[in-house]
Amino acid sequence: MKVGLVCPYTWDVPGGVQAHVHDLALALIGLGHDVSVITPADDEAALPSYIVSTGRAVPVPYNGAVARMAFGPLSARRVRRWLRDGDFDVVHVHEPTTPSLSLLATWSFDGPLVATFHTSVQRARTLAAAYPILQTALEKISARIAVSQAARRTLVEHLGGDAVMIPNGVSMATFADVEPFPGWPGDGGALGFLGRFDEARKGLPVLLAAFEQLAVVRPGLRLLIAGPGDPDEVRRALPAEVFDRVVLLGQVSDIDKARMLRSVDIYVAPNIGGESFGIVLLEAMAVGTAVLASDLEAFRAVLDAGRSGRLFTTGDPDDLALKAAELLDDPDARGALVALGRATARSYDWSTVARDIVRVYETVAVDAPDAVARRGPYGRR
Amino acid sequence: MPWWFWLVVVFVLLAGYVTATSNRLDRLHARLDATRAALDAQLLRRAAVTLEIAASGLLDPATSVLLASAGHEARAASGDDADREVVESRLTVALRAAFDHPDEAQTLAAEPAGLALLAELEAATTKVLLARRFSNDAVTATLAIRRHRLVRWLRLAGHVPPPTFFEIDDAPPAHLAVGDAWRNVDAVDDAWRSADIDDNAEAADVAPDVD
Repeated sequence: MKVGLVCPYTWDVPGGVQAHVHDLALALIGLGHDVSVITPADDEAALPSYIVSTGRAVPVPYNGAVARMAFGPLSARRVRRWLRDGDFDVVHVHEPTTPSLSLLATWSFDGPLVATFHTSVQRARTLAAAYPILQTALEKISARIAVSQAARRTLVEHLGGDAVMIPNGVSMATFADVEPFPGWPGDGGALGFLGRFDEARKGLPVLLAAFEQLAVVRPGLRLLIAGPGDPDEVRRALPAEVFDRVVLLGQVSDIDKARMLRSVDIYVAPNIGGESFGIVLLEAMAVGTAVLASDLEAFRAVLDAGRSGRLFTTGDPDDLALKAAELLDDPDARGALVALGRATARSYDWSTVARDIVRVYETVAVDAPDAVARRGPYGRR
Repeated sequence: MPWWFWLVVVFVLLAGYVTATSNRLDRLHARLDATRAALDAQLLRRAAVTLEIAASGLLDPATSVLLASAGHEARAASGDDADREVVESRLTVALRAAFDHPDEAQTLAAEPAGLALLAELEAATTKVLLARRFSNDAVTATLAIRRHRLVRWLRLAGHVPPPTFFEIDDAPPAHLAVGDAWRNVDAVDDAWRSADIDDNAEAADVAPDVD
């Protein structure tokens, strides 16, 4: 099957959507499909052969943040040329409500269109203003996929219609056999945190408060933190003797992320909201680390309602400390969680997820009836 | 400006709007046809696989008869039969009755031929679920635009009857996917998949509200 994937965000900038498109493309190629990806990119020389670049994206404010988008007649022309040259059986756009390549591709393509919606934190007002413009494009999409219940709800509430749920994938191969950092997790036990720690919704303060409680009674316990942010914020939040037992890694590479997750006894996800899908939870489960997460709907779904990872009351450091202490004292319970967690992570392996996505392709591209590609009597659309 | 200039402007704008809207409607009707055809194909495929499993002699005779009769009725009720929704739902229920227990799927999976059939059935039941979702989605979008006043006054939809939702029970059996080794692990009950089925029931409740 000839598949065209459209990524709206700059390829070289790390991000969830880019990672998703990258992994999906590799998984589809692995399944023997003919894949081409179109995306904005800064450095065209470094791109693999299946990627077509539309050049640099422009930073513009949209949806409450400044994001880099590719739009305008030049981008539109490049997308049209890519669609014409690609002769795709199905085109799969990501985040089609973003004013970038995905929307342009949706606009120009006459054929089976699949769209994946990633975001759950869309501003209702932005969408309402853009709705009449978006609607005409969105009507062309034959199959809509949401990566999480939260993303699906956003779609249903703000855009109408429905979507099937196919979650993000985890590349088991990357995470299955990694070594912990030397000396970790250590005899006294270790907790881990991953994510931007200056962002309130990631909930690091909740974990720090709980760690302070735990550290008083557990002299060997350490905390490993990876992700961008200001270390001083952490220092200010903790007494000096407790801060000494916190290790800050800063921003880490993919492989170090996996090693970091492997280096702790418990991976803690203290997020207090705004999370649509707990991909890091799956990665922690994939490397074989027990997970303790706040009781958010998205986490609850990934952790199978608390079976393959423990849950604590969202935003409550006392409950977090209590549950963490239980797990630290009970290696058998941790072992059981690791086994269940591995199995859960495997069911989100990209090969499985890609197979489900291919089924969507096959459903919309059944013999691609001429009706789909039919053109209106008054011109191109 | 003379008064007729403004009349012309209004007329041109109106003509442009009508043209654009009728193009949208045209495209939606095409999408409707395509998704409905896909749903039809997937339903027929599911019935065919069921019949083949029933005829394979790999299952016990009681289950085979049950599946054969449900599969036959579903295959016979093709096209726009009024009772097709009922018949297809019955097939879903029969499949669940047959395969909700892991043992039955294991029996079938023990034979190479059975394993292939099982994989086909698993794919077919999932695709019915997908195709129905996409088809009903197209119905929602089409009905929304057909409700526009101008579309109704100018009869832009022509004589095409308004599309109807296809409402059936399409939740697949729990223990079909024995093809993949990892799915045997008891713990992996495909959290997201079962979540998806729950929503499906929810979606079915919600859908008629659109009308």
